[in-house]
Amino acid sequence: MKARLDEALQFNQTALNLQARRQEMLASNIANADTPNYKARDIDFRSALAAQLGRPGAGLAMVQTSAGHLPTGGAQGFESYIGYRQELQSSADGNTVNMDVERAAFAENALHYEASLTFINGLLSGMRTAITGGQ
Amino acid sequence: MSMFDVFNIAGSALNAQSQRLNTTASNLANADSVVGEDGEPYRAKQVVFEAVPVGSAQGRGVRVTQVVESAAPMRLVYDPANPAANGEGYVEMPNVSVVEEMVNMISASRSYQNNVEVMNTAKTLLQRTLTIGQ
Repeated sequence: MKARLDEALQFNQTALNLQARRQEMLASNIANADTPNYKARDIDFRSALAAQLGRPGAGLAMVQTSAGHLPTGGAQGFESYIGYRQELQSSADGNTVNMDVERAAFAENALHYEASLTFINGLLSGMRTAITGGQ
Repeated sequence: MSMFDVFNIAGSALNAQSQRLNTTASNLANADSVVGEDGEPYRAKQVVFEAVPVGSAQGRGVRVTQVVESAAPMRLVYDPANPAANGEGYVEMPNVSVVEEMVNMISASRSYQNNVEVMNTAKTLLQRTLTIGQ
């Protein structure tokens, strides 16, 4: 039963984790809008999410205390899906941050994050109804 | 918790941008300072930004690595009556370009606003996260 509950939440939990990481990267891009030679980065969200969901034990992260431990769950292992943004208009100082693109992506990702939260809340209240029999 | 790193990242940017605003203010204030504390005319200063890792491997904050003095030639003004004038009657004025500084100021304040917005959004998201399951 416990596995079932975890399974039901796994998709949204993984998505939420990735969205939080993406939000952090977009914040880095906005923060470095004036840093010379900074290259804007982003995540290939669809591929990263698919890869995360395909891994055994995804969603539940375990602490690695030794170099020999295998990584499990959490938002680890998505680093290979990070890429650099294509430049639309190049600038003389080598910076590739386009503020319009970053702001739009930031707002969009924030909305997706809130959507994930709403889905999780819906699932939880559904489960509660099932457990209490609607009383 | 990666969402909390957003505060550190945006915070470092706020810090760097306010330092940039400070140098701009100093440049504008001293646009006509013929003599500085070293006896030489004031030289325009600019901050140099650098990306530094913050929090997890993906986060990048900003840091001011150094404040450089502009190497632009000094503005020469013909004013023989000025006590600082040289033998030919020219006075060396600071190499501050007021137009450039105004542009710099607007750019810095816009970047500052952007980062404040980022912080506010992160705060809203975290508050929503705290109410999961309620």
